[in-house]
Amino acid sequence: MSRLRRHIAPYLLILPGGLWLLLFFAVPMVTMLSLSLQQGDIVNGYAFTGHWQTYVDAISNYRTQLFRSLVYGALATIVLIVIAFPVAYWIAFHGGRRKPTYLFLLLLPFFVSFVLRTISWRQILTDDGPVLGPLKDVGLLGGSFHVLGTPFAVIAGLVYNFLPFMVLPVYVALERIDPRVVEAARDLYADPATAFRKVILPLALPGVFAGVLMTFVPASSDYVNSAVLGSSSTTMIGQVIQAQYLTTSDYPTASALSFTLMAVLLIGVFAYARALGTEDVMKVAAR
Amino acid sequence: MSSSPNLDPALMRGLTRRRLGRLSGLSALGMALAACGVEGKGNPGASAPAPDAVAKFWEGKTSTKHVDFANWPLYMDPKQPELKAFTKETGITVNYQEVIQEMGPWFAKVQPQLSAKQPIGFDLMVITNGVQFKQFKDSGFLAPLDPAKLPNYAKNAAPKYKQEAFDPNNVYSVPWTSGITGIAYDPKKITRPITKLTDLWDPAFKGKVGMFSDTQELGNFAMMALGANPEKSTPDDWKKAADKLKEQKSQGIIRNYYDQSYIDALGKGEVWITQAWSGDIFQKNVSDGTNFKFVIPEEGGNIWTDNFAIPVTAASPLDAITLIDFFFRPDIAASLASYINYVTPVPAAQQQIKDMAAKASGEDKEALTAVADSPLVFPTDADYAKLHYFRDFATAAEQQEYQRIFEPIVLG
Repeated sequence: MSRLRRHIAPYLLILPGGLWLLLFFAVPMVTMLSLSLQQGDIVNGYAFTGHWQTYVDAISNYRTQLFRSLVYGALATIVLIVIAFPVAYWIAFHGGRRKPTYLFLLLLPFFVSFVLRTISWRQILTDDGPVLGPLKDVGLLGGSFHVLGTPFAVIAGLVYNFLPFMVLPVYVALERIDPRVVEAARDLYADPATAFRKVILPLALPGVFAGVLMTFVPASSDYVNSAVLGSSSTTMIGQVIQAQYLTTSDYPTASALSFTLMAVLLIGVFAYARALGTEDVMKVAAR
Repeated sequence: MSSSPNLDPALMRGLTRRRLGRLSGLSALGMALAACGVEGKGNPGASAPAPDAVAKFWEGKTSTKHVDFANWPLYMDPKQPELKAFTKETGITVNYQEVIQEMGPWFAKVQPQLSAKQPIGFDLMVITNGVQFKQFKDSGFLAPLDPAKLPNYAKNAAPKYKQEAFDPNNVYSVPWTSGITGIAYDPKKITRPITKLTDLWDPAFKGKVGMFSDTQELGNFAMMALGANPEKSTPDDWKKAADKLKEQKSQGIIRNYYDQSYIDALGKGEVWITQAWSGDIFQKNVSDGTNFKFVIPEEGGNIWTDNFAIPVTAASPLDAITLIDFFFRPDIAASLASYINYVTPVPAAQQQIKDMAAKASGEDKEALTAVADSPLVFPTDADYAKLHYFRDFATAAEQQEYQRIFEPIVLG
C-alpha cells in the first residue's frame, strides 16, 4: 500500500500544475492547430481536412505584414533599451530615498487602460489637432503633413506603451549591483567609463535580456497601436489575425497566422537565448 | 533493424513499445484535431422557408412591453422622437443602441451566440444587404416575419421595397432605409470640385484619401472607376479592380480603410476625401456646423438597403415587429427621413414633409423643403439608373472567391 502511494505521490503532486497546463495551454493549442487545418465557411461550418495549404496561402498573402511586425517590434525594442537604460540607471543609483516614488510615477500612466491611452495620443497628434493644427496655421508645416498613419507613430506608440516592461527588469538588475563592486573597480584605476563598461553593464545584461523578451514578443504581435495610430500601410500581423477572426470569420487563416507568428517568435527567442545564454535570465527570474 | 543480431531483445521491445506509444500519442493528437470542428448552421432550405415557418415561430409569442434595438450610428435624431412617440402610444419601452459599425464584425460578434441558440441581447437589428445578410439568412438566424403583423408596411412601402433581390418576398426583412455611397470631401482642403471616382486616386491627395473596409463597398467603386458594372461583374473584373486598389495603396494615396469611423476621420482632417454614406454627411454638417460636400460620382455610386430583422433568439419579437410596422407610418417615416436624410421606403413621406414645410417658417421651412426635393432622400428613376447594387453571389464558392480577392487589400 505504501509502495503504491509512493509511486502515485509524484503524479499527485504535479496534478494541479499538469491540469493547469492541460486546460489553459494544451487544449487551446490543439484547438487552434485543429482550426488552422480545417476547411469550410462560417455558414456551413468548418471541418478538419488537414489542409496545410492554408499556411502557404496565409503566409504568401500576409508575409509583408508579418515581416513588418518583426521590424517594428525590433525597432521599438532598440529604442526602448536606449530610453529605459538611463532611466533605470538614474533611479537605481541616484534615486536615493525617493526610489519608490520614482517607480510609482513611472507606473502612474499605466493605471489608465492601454487602449484609452493610445486613443488619447491619437486625439493629441491628429492631423488638425492641438499640436499640428497651430503649427499648420502659422505655416511651419505643410497642410498635408501628418504624424498619425506613419510607421513613426506606430513605433512611438509601441515604445510608449511598453516602457515599464523594459525599465523595471533593467532597474531590478541595476539595483542589485553592490556599490562596493563599482568602488573596487575605481580603486583599481578604472575610469568611470571603464567601470561602467566592465562592471555595471555586464551585471545589468540579464535585466536587459529579460526586458527584451517582455517587450519584443508583445510589441511584435500588438494590434492596438497600429490600428489606432497607423494607416493601411502600417498594418501589423496582429491586426490581420484579429480581423480574420472578428471581421471575416475566417478561422483557419487566423489560426494558421497565429501559429506562424508564434513559431517565428519562439525560434527568434530561442536563438536569442542561445546567443546570450539562458542561465543569466534564470538568475534574474529566480531573484 | 531486425537484421542486426547484436541488438538486445529487451531494448528492441522497449523501442517498439515506446515507438508504438508515440504513434498512438500522435493518432490521439490527430483525433483531437479532427474532433475540434466548428459546426455550421447551414440550412440550405432557409431561403425558401417551410410554409408553416411563420406560424411556428410566432405561435405563443407574447408582448414583454420592451424592445432592445441595435442600429448603426447616425441613424436617428439623438433625441429619438420616433421612439418616444412609439412608447407613448403603445407603452412599449425601447432600449436603442448604436452598436453596429460594420457588417462583418457584427456578424462575427453575434454568430457564436446565435449558433448556440442564445439571445444576443437585441430583439431587433438593422442589417445591410450583402455578404453578411446572406450569411444571417442561410444560417437560419433570422425570424420569418409575419405579414399579418405588418399592415403599415403592406399599405405604405414602395413596390420597389417589397421585392428585394436579396430577400425575395421580404420573408426575413423589411427596409429601414436605403442609402447611397458616394464621395464626401472637405472644400476647405480641396478647392477644386470633385466629380469623378478617379479623384480618389489623385496623387495630389496622397495620404488623405479614405475608403471603406467593407469589401463590397470598396470593390464596387474600383470596378466602376474601371468602367465595369459591379452587378454583372466577373472574377476577371474583380482582379482588375483589386489591382487598381493595390495601386492606390502602394502609392500611399490611401490613408486607411474605414468602417463607420470614417466620419470622425473626416471631421479631424485625417482624410480630405473619402467614400461616404449620403445621410451621414448631411447630419454631420447639421450637428457640427461643418461644410462637407457629398457627391454621387459621374461614373456612378452604390445603393444599398439597411433592413429590419429579428434574430430568432429574440426575447421580445412581438414588440419588435410592432415597432417595425410603426416606422412605416408616413408621419413617422417623414420625421425620420427629415432628420437622417436617407432614402425612405415610404413614398408618402414626401407629401408629409412638404406639409410640414408649409406649416414651418424661416430656416426650418427651407431645410424641410430641401429634404422633400433632395435626390438623396427621394431619388428619381434617373438617379437610380446611376446607382449600382452590390454583386449578388449565386454560390458560396463565388462569394469566397470575391472575398479572397479583396480581403487581403483591406486586412493587409
